[in-house]
Amino acid sequence: MNKHITTLKTRELCAEKGGCGECQTSCQSACKTSCGVANQPCEAAKSDE
Amino acid sequence: MTHIYKFGERNVVLDCNSGAIHACNDVASSIIALRERHDAHRTLTLTLEQFPGADPSELAEILAEVESLAASGLLYAPEPDAVKLAPDGSGVVKALCLNVSHACNLTCEYCFAHQATDEDSLMSVDVGVAAIDFLIRNSGTRRNLEVDFFGGEPLLNLDVVKRVVAYAREAERNRGKNFRFTLTTNGLLLDDAFAEFANAELANVVLSLDGRREVHDRFRCGSYDAVAPKIQRFVEARGARQYYIRGTFTRANTDFTEDLLHMRSLGLRKLSMEPVVCGDSAPYALRECDVPSVVAEYERLVSLLDGADWDFYHYNLDLENGPCLKKRVTGCGSGTEYLAVTPDGALYPCHQFVGDPEYAMGNVFDGVTRPELRDRFACRNVLTLPDCAECWARLWCAGGCAANSLHASGDIEGSYTLGCTLFKKRLECAIALKLATA
Repeated sequence: MNKHITTLKTRELCAEKGGCGECQTSCQSACKTSCGVANQPCEAAKSDE
Repeated sequence: MTHIYKFGERNVVLDCNSGAIHACNDVASSIIALRERHDAHRTLTLTLEQFPGADPSELAEILAEVESLAASGLLYAPEPDAVKLAPDGSGVVKALCLNVSHACNLTCEYCFAHQATDEDSLMSVDVGVAAIDFLIRNSGTRRNLEVDFFGGEPLLNLDVVKRVVAYAREAERNRGKNFRFTLTTNGLLLDDAFAEFANAELANVVLSLDGRREVHDRFRCGSYDAVAPKIQRFVEARGARQYYIRGTFTRANTDFTEDLLHMRSLGLRKLSMEPVVCGDSAPYALRECDVPSVVAEYERLVSLLDGADWDFYHYNLDLENGPCLKKRVTGCGSGTEYLAVTPDGALYPCHQFVGDPEYAMGNVFDGVTRPELRDRFACRNVLTLPDCAECWARLWCAGGCAANSLHASGDIEGSYTLGCTLFKKRLECAIALKLATA
């Protein structure tokens, strides 16, 4: 635990080489115009829950 | 690469390549910024110049934390490996937007969707079934397949929607696939029978409502009184199942938070509000001069959502279980794994390209007949787009919308700079909300 810098727990991206491709296509979820993937859930992570 | 910004009293540090998020005070924020460009000794010297009253031992503590985070890959992480993350060119398709009806019972002034009024405007069952077969045939090892019923207004062709769903359900059992259906509607034809069907078969329903009566009626043909009660009833019957209220804001309602609050007052909780997409010449188009008021609304939303019982689509970050690096690089998959299908079976890169002959890709019977177009979309990603190279948000926006880029710059590899500005602000706000509620 750092004293001066608080770090949120996030998915570590650096080690990743690929993906399973099973996740939702982002434009299917709601936006239809503005794309972006930041709020898209990972299917593999959902399956692990 | 790091992105450091202040939200309220909090300094937020986003490590762009690792996705790590840190919060700290002004001194630590300064040290993080300086250490990215200077060695440790120079960093401390410059920090003391900037904060002459700072305690040197505390600065050393902070610097040690920075070095530890860097060693753990949570600060100054290296660039993603472009070679390993490059699209494989396999031609796998996993999602279709089925424009089952190019007819619509509204003629909303700002609508980007392709519309027609002739008898060919409704998709036949044969084309819908062929689309499902095309999707399965090209899905490779993907198990989860998605189909969005879109238009026009898809409920004008509900019988075909039901028959296509029934065909896909039969096919998924035989072919080891899992179909997830969504439908986007203007709400005019919602009724209890559709709600029953939707609750049984549709993973998500997107309902168009712009908010306050006068805002909704301005562009949506005065349909508020007809639509709002039906949407309320539908959402009530929806229970815990997924839905989204999708509003559009224009320069006529840059105070769109009021529209979100109005939606909430109607008992609606899953809310989305999108910037209008249209040509620059439209009187309601967002302009650079509108950005400050839109930014202020996004910031206001953060304070309203802290502890609220409703959510805003763009602020729903799942930091631990969010998208993988591959998805962050390749984005929405338009033109590759996501295609749009017109009522007569023609294929386009996505619903926003429908009707543009330059982007016609083939049809559901013969498949993709212009693989070079698919390859061009596959190569359009954040590791190749020139304007994304130095952008701190690129692994969160995934290169943005190809159609928006085309409309704004004339080129799918170009940029929609106003859209980029708004996306980055939404992301800063979403992260700030996460920190506020952590």
